[in-house]
Amino acid sequence: MSSNEEWRRVDGRRWDELREIRIESGVLPNADGSAYIEMGRNKIIVGVYGPREMHPKHLARPHTGILRCRYHMAPFSTEPRRSPAPSRRDMEITMVMRYALEPAIFLERYPRSTIDVYAEVLQADGGTRCASITAAAVALADAGIPLKDLVAACSAGKYEGRIVLDLNDHEDKYGEADLPLAYMPNLGSITLLQMDGLLSPEELDRCINLAIEGCRKIYEVQREALKRKYEAKKEVEGN
Amino acid sequence: MKSGKGGFTSRLKLKRIQEAISSGKRLDGRGLEDYRDIRVKTGVIEKADGSSEVFIGDTRVIAGIEISHGPPFEDTPGEGILICNAEIVPLASPDIEPGPPDEVSVELARVVDRGLRSAGIVDFSKMEIIPKKTVYVINVDLFVLNHAGNLIDASTLAAVAALRSTIKPIFEVRNGEVVPSGRKEPLEIKSTPVSVTLSKIGGALIVDPTSEEEDAMETRLTITLDEKGNVCAIQKSGPEALTPEEVRKAISIAASKAPEIRSKIIGGT
Amino acid sequence: MKTFENRELVLPGDVLYIGRIRAGENTYRFGDKILATRIGLVEYGRGTVSVIALEAGYQPLIGDLVVGDVVDMELGFWYVDIDAPTLAQLSVPDATGSPYSPEIVMPDILDVGDTIAAKVVDLDRKRIPILSILGKGLGRIEDGLVIRMTPSKIPRLIGKKGSMVTMILKETGCDIIIGQNGRIVVKGRSREQEDMVVKVIRRIEMEAHTTGLTNRIQEYLRCWKEGRL
Repeated sequence: MSSNEEWRRVDGRRWDELREIRIESGVLPNADGSAYIEMGRNKIIVGVYGPREMHPKHLARPHTGILRCRYHMAPFSTEPRRSPAPSRRDMEITMVMRYALEPAIFLERYPRSTIDVYAEVLQADGGTRCASITAAAVALADAGIPLKDLVAACSAGKYEGRIVLDLNDHEDKYGEADLPLAYMPNLGSITLLQMDGLLSPEELDRCINLAIEGCRKIYEVQREALKRKYEAKKEVEGN
Repeated sequence: MKSGKGGFTSRLKLKRIQEAISSGKRLDGRGLEDYRDIRVKTGVIEKADGSSEVFIGDTRVIAGIEISHGPPFEDTPGEGILICNAEIVPLASPDIEPGPPDEVSVELARVVDRGLRSAGIVDFSKMEIIPKKTVYVINVDLFVLNHAGNLIDASTLAAVAALRSTIKPIFEVRNGEVVPSGRKEPLEIKSTPVSVTLSKIGGALIVDPTSEEEDAMETRLTITLDEKGNVCAIQKSGPEALTPEEVRKAISIAASKAPEIRSKIIGGT
Repeated sequence: MKTFENRELVLPGDVLYIGRIRAGENTYRFGDKILATRIGLVEYGRGTVSVIALEAGYQPLIGDLVVGDVVDMELGFWYVDIDAPTLAQLSVPDATGSPYSPEIVMPDILDVGDTIAAKVVDLDRKRIPILSILGKGLGRIEDGLVIRMTPSKIPRLIGKKGSMVTMILKETGCDIIIGQNGRIVVKGRSREQEDMVVKVIRRIEMEAHTTGLTNRIQEYLRCWKEGRL
C-alpha cells in the first residue's frame, strides 16, 4: 500500500481533498432566497419561500414557525432516468435535511408561519444530501431569514481501506463506509450525522474529524458566495 | 429577500396591465408583439443524452433527454416512442405546492408533445430495434425552475434544443436481448418546430405573456409551427372565446414571430 | 472586543464582539460572544452592537404604514397580504368606524383583489397584525403602480428626515405611498414619470449598502430631466 500522501483516488484527488465546489446565491427571481451549487458533477438548485402564512391553516402552530423541506431529484439527474414520483429515499433525505437546518433557524420568532426550503437535484454524483444542505443554508441567508450560523455539510468515509473526504458517486457505491455530516462551525454543532457501512470506533472518529474539516472549507465557499453579490455592486459603483 | 413576488395579482395591477396594453406599451416596456430576451444553452446536464436550458425573460426551463428502449405502443407497433413529462417544481413560484403534477403541468407536457410529434421532429418509422417488439424510446423531461409566464414556448424551445443536442446510444440485439452497443451517434432531427403563445387582454393580442399578464388575460392561444410554415399544434386555453378573425390574426402573428424564435436554436450553441 | 470594522459586511454566524455588550438588532448572544443573524453592515454603538440587514423580510410593528392586498374575508373581517410572516386582519369596525352588523355587505366596503393603505394598530397574542384604514390617506387605493422593495431598505428610500423621497417627489412630479412592508404605490401624470421612479427605486435597492447615495440619485434624476439618460 502506497503512503497516503502519494495515493490518488479514481478522480485524481488526494484522500483529504474536496471536489471542486462553486456556489452562487440569488439565482431564482421568484423565490425569496435561492442558491445554486456545483460540487464535482452534482448540480443542485435551492429556493426558499417565507416566512409566510401556512397553508393549510390547520398545520400552523400557535407558538412557533415550521420549517418545511423538500429534497427532490429531476428525472434526468441520474443514469438511468428516474421516475418523477418521490421515492422513499427522497422522503428520508427531506426529513434529515429539515433536522439539519432547523437548529440554525429562530423558528420561535415566526408563530403560525412556515419557511419552505425546496432542493431540486439537477444532476447527481454522490453526496447530494450534503450539497443540498450547504446550498439551502446559503438560500436561507439570501432570503433574509435570521440564522444562528451557516450550516455546511460534507461526507467522509472509507474507500479501498482508506479514510477519504467527500465521497463521489463511485466511492459511495463501492466504498466501505459513508458518513454525511452537517456542521455549524461558529457554534461547534453537528446537525446531521448518518453512517452507512462498517467502521471501527477509531476510524469513525477520524471520519468525523475529517468531515468537520471539510465543512469548515465549504463554509468559506458559502461565505464567499454570499459576499460576492455585494462586492460586485461595489465595483460597479467604483467605475 | 426578493421584491416582486408572484402570486396574487390585485385589481389595481390588472387595471394597469390592461391600460398599458391598450396604450401599445406593456408594463415591462415591450410592444404587443415583442418577446422578452431569449437565451438557450445546451449540454447543461452532462449525464443526460441531451439537455438544454432556456430563459425567456425570468422564465427558466431545463430539458433533459434520455434514449432507452421498450415495447412500442399497440396502435403503432413499428414506430418509436416519444414521451414528454413536465414538472413545475415548487421553487418555481410561490403558488406551487409540492405534489403530483396538476392540470397545468400535464397540459404543458401534452402541448409540447403534440408539437414535436406532429412536426415529425424525428423519423419514428426508423426507430425499431426488434420488429414489432422493441423500439427506441425518447424521454423528454421538462423542469420549470422559475415561472414568470409563457411556459409553453420556453418548454417547446427547451425540448427542441435538447433533442437537437442529443447523442443517441445505439442499441443492438445479442442473443435475443437488446443491449447497448457502446457506440453513439447524433440523433437525426427532421424538423424544428417552435411555438408562439398569444394572450388576449382587453381585446388585444399580445405575444409571450408574463405571469401577471396571464392573470389578466381573457384567453390564451398557442400555435406551433415547423420551419416550412405548417401549423403543427394549436391549444386554446382560458375561459373566454375568440372570433375567427382573432384566430386568423393570431396565426399570422405566430407565423411572423416563429423564425425569430427558431434562430435562437438553429444559430445557437 | 470588536472583531470587525464599523459598517463592514457581515454574514449570519459571524462573531461581532467578544465580551460584555448589548446584542442589538439582527444579533444574538452565544456564550461570551455576539453573533450576527443576517447579512448586513455591522454597527458598533455605545454599549451595543447591531447589524443593518441587507436582506430581511417584513416584520410588522405597531404604527407601521403598510400597503397590502385583500385576499380573503370571513364574517366581520378581511385577510390582507402585507408580505408579513402571516396574513394581517382588518375588522369591520377598523374599516368603517362602526360596529359590525348583519346588514353590512362586506364586499361593498372592500373586496378580494382590492389594494389598501393601512396602519398596523395592534399585534394580537399570536402576533397577527391587526390593521385599520381609519385615518387620513388610508383606505382603498384606486390607482397607481405597486412595486416592491426589500423592506429593510425602505429607510434608504425615505432618507434622512425624508430627504430622499422628497427629492424624488419634487424631481419626478409623482405621488408616492411608501409602505413600511416594502410595497410602494407610485402615481404620476404619465408612464414616463412613473417608469423613472421605478428605475430610481431599483437603483436605491441595488446600492442601499453604499455611501453618497442621495447625491448619486440626484445626479441621475438631473440627467433624466435634461434628457441625457
